[in-house]
Amino acid sequence: MWSGKLAVQAEGVRKSYGRFEALRGIDLEVAKGQVTCLIGPSGSGKSTLLRCINHLEKVTSGRLSVDGDLVGYRQHGGRLYELRDKEICAKRAQIGMVFQRFNLFPHMTAIENVALGPICVKREARSVAEERARKLLDRVGLADKVASYPSQLSGGQQQRIAIARALAMEPKLMLFDEPTSALDPELVGEVLDAMRTLAEEGMTMIVVTHEVGFAREVADALVFMDEGVVVETGQPREMLASPKNERTRSFLAKVL
Amino acid sequence: MTSPNPAGAPEARPPGGVVTAVPVRHPGRWVAGAVVVLLAAMLVHTLAYSWTDRYGQHTPRYQWNVIGQYFAAKPVLLGLEITIELTVLAMVIGIFLGIVFAVMRLSTNPLVSGASWLYIWFFRGTPVLVQVVFWNFIAYLYPQLTLGIPFGPAFFHFSANAVVTPFVAGVIALGLNEGAYMSEIVRAGILSVDEGQTEAAHALGMTRGQTLRRIVLPQAMRVIIPPAGNETISMLKTSSLVSVISVAELLFSVELIYSRTYEIVPMLMVACIWYLIVTTILSIGQYYVERHFAKGALRELPPTPYQRLRRRVAVFTLSQENTILQIDSLGRPGPGQ
Repeated sequence: MWSGKLAVQAEGVRKSYGRFEALRGIDLEVAKGQVTCLIGPSGSGKSTLLRCINHLEKVTSGRLSVDGDLVGYRQHGGRLYELRDKEICAKRAQIGMVFQRFNLFPHMTAIENVALGPICVKREARSVAEERARKLLDRVGLADKVASYPSQLSGGQQQRIAIARALAMEPKLMLFDEPTSALDPELVGEVLDAMRTLAEEGMTMIVVTHEVGFAREVADALVFMDEGVVVETGQPREMLASPKNERTRSFLAKVL
Repeated sequence: MTSPNPAGAPEARPPGGVVTAVPVRHPGRWVAGAVVVLLAAMLVHTLAYSWTDRYGQHTPRYQWNVIGQYFAAKPVLLGLEITIELTVLAMVIGIFLGIVFAVMRLSTNPLVSGASWLYIWFFRGTPVLVQVVFWNFIAYLYPQLTLGIPFGPAFFHFSANAVVTPFVAGVIALGLNEGAYMSEIVRAGILSVDEGQTEAAHALGMTRGQTLRRIVLPQAMRVIIPPAGNETISMLKTSSLVSVISVAELLFSVELIYSRTYEIVPMLMVACIWYLIVTTILSIGQYYVERHFAKGALRELPPTPYQRLRRRVAVFTLSQENTILQIDSLGRPGPGQ
């Protein structure tokens, strides 16, 4: 599935909105099969970096590649050519994304939400796509909610459907953008459990999160970002126990 | 559940332990009701009033006999048919152009969005009546309609007078005008859909076209349908403007009759009653279309009038029996009893 060793590689990635620089030179490497958690104060650029990885945002400068391929561009003779809509879509289809606000399609039932991607993008037959959707919903513990609309479900259930929807495309990389931040506290556990199972199956995951406990238990690498740069990277247990950088230390002191 | 509450401490329970709740009285509602009943009686009286002349002959003020005589007359029904055709064709063109120009207006290409802006500016900014007359006289400007390459060879020739009949002129004028209004309605609908929806669709790998068709437009419909229904009803009546270019639609048909018989008011009443009937049918259709697109947006669909009637009847009979029962949204008695 993966051709190179690195799932994601960022070199000097910058992103600015007008005068505001959200990312100010990010260097990052994510190995395949690993779970990487991005932590940091709000406005530090974690979500922006995540959205750059599947080209929902265009990087302003620097090189960002997924599985060795540049994101959104093709290099040819020392120049970068932006990819066409179709080509970008083909790349995005290999990357699953789970949003803070779930973003389920409210006019479709759970199974229609999950089966839409394969039907629309992979041109799969409806029966095949729905069969897999049913299995995926069963896997996230929602076999009985197949015909429910998102508005009839709790936040935790909606987020688990959103995970199933992303998995239906059989992605090689999963991006999670604060997947539990919009949930009531008692519903956080069920979503984290679904993510933990996914991690145990060897999925490559990048997770923006405030759940330090999840990061400690599940992540292979922890990345602390602040003001658009990567401040510290390390093994989660070590980094949480004895952060080397002063900024990391003061952030963790507030969170833990 | 008796908590110590010195200020509003409940009084001692009456024997039997039942405390009856007395609803607050609303005398204002009775007065308002009486006024409405009085006004309704006055309306019925004036509609039913008839004059008696010195020969003792009764003539109803609204000449209901004349209205009845012409109500289903063949020219009137033919006119009604043309009115409905005009409305349907103009709305089909209007909705199609509306979607096209709304998407153009939201384009990042300034030339494309500018072209859409110009179209809306022109067709919203000039009177429909003028547009109707203009299209009728298009043959003065373009006696020959030619299909070909500009400044190059032409492939087809049409005589404008043969192609653009008054009916066609009416459809074009009403459709183009409607397109300008519909495009703003469609644009509002598209803008009402949360951006997260587009992002989620893109993240799955869906193209922009697929996202628009399968995600954005179906959700925008909830916002589009009520004003679009309004536009359809409005179009039904605006179509009467083409009577000025002698298209024999409903209004022009009754005009033809009263120019002969001088029974102006009764004939206009015939037209009005037909407009009211079609408007009523359209409103009912709109209710069901809205209900269809509410799927998923509401936890439970609003009841159809039939379901509502059943519920009312159920509540009424139950209150007669003075029993407390649960009634579900479809009017079926629940497991309370």
